[in-house]
Amino acid sequence: MTGLALFNLFILVFMVVAAVISLRLKDLLTASVVFGIYSFLMCLLWAEMGAVDVAFTEAAVGAGVSAVFLVATVFNVKRKSSD
Amino acid sequence: MKKVALAVTLFIGALLLYAAKDFSAWGDLQSPASASPVSKHFIADTGVDTEVPNMVTAVLADYRGFDTMFETVVIFIAGIAIIAILRCTGADADSPALERESDVATEPDLIVTNTVRLLIPVIQLFAFYVLAHGHVSPGGGFQGGVIMGASFILVALAWDLPKAMERLSVDRAVMLAGVGILIYAGIGLLSMLLGGEFLDYAELSHVLPVSPEMARYHAMLGVEIGVAFTVTAVMFAIYANLSTRGRLAGGL
Repeated sequence: MTGLALFNLFILVFMVVAAVISLRLKDLLTASVVFGIYSFLMCLLWAEMGAVDVAFTEAAVGAGVSAVFLVATVFNVKRKSSD
Repeated sequence: MKKVALAVTLFIGALLLYAAKDFSAWGDLQSPASASPVSKHFIADTGVDTEVPNMVTAVLADYRGFDTMFETVVIFIAGIAIIAILRCTGADADSPALERESDVATEPDLIVTNTVRLLIPVIQLFAFYVLAHGHVSPGGGFQGGVIMGASFILVALAWDLPKAMERLSVDRAVMLAGVGILIYAGIGLLSMLLGGEFLDYAELSHVLPVSPEMARYHAMLGVEIGVAFTVTAVMFAIYANLSTRGRLAGGL
């Protein structure tokens, strides 16, 4: 297995882990941060596949601003998830 | 109920995984997307038609300009909808249980505010760079607009919302979002007035002292600026309303 394939595998595994964790967490603030990690890993994957424009948008919108929106919302609702 | 949801999710997940193996391999030259004559046309002729090195921007802002214009309108409508919902429901739903400590006025942190003071010019300059270089390197109106909007959000985070709204009030942001779409549609209408079709930028060479190819190049920058206006304004307006439940007072 080449280095690049290992890198891809690493990112994909961590993406699945981050997605499952952000769904399982009871604390919505932590879940938002983990969701930001998921977006950032997605951005790395886009960049690695050569889709730099998409990676840029994912970094700015997915990992940046939407994480801020989620955190801003969590501060205005109950912080603990009920399910 | 949870078990049913889990079973449905697992079933659909398995179905999607089963369907995914029909996808062609990544970078496969024989895949329908790579083999189609449209892809060949874009790869061969984008540089000749528009002089734009970044093919992605040329496709987004020129060949599929109509699509991108309404993408911008979608962002505008999404922003308006969020503001409308929060203004109607958020302001009077102030239950005491949700009162936050941060509603008490506190002095902004010295280290945070001074760091932000240093960062903001760099962020905004980078936003302009991303916007202006959108057709040469990766980037463009959406990314530049988001980065610019994030710089205003950073002011609101480090100080409080009124401090950010001194620079860009939400009413003005909504107006700017409309202006962005007007810039985009205006460039399209201008090319229509000059005898072409809607968003046919090549016609702008009648009023600009450049060749039709370079007219498309510069018009792409024009529409990207329109997109950036809308995205900047909508991002800040959404944050301002989300973080204060539509009251637009206090900080996060």
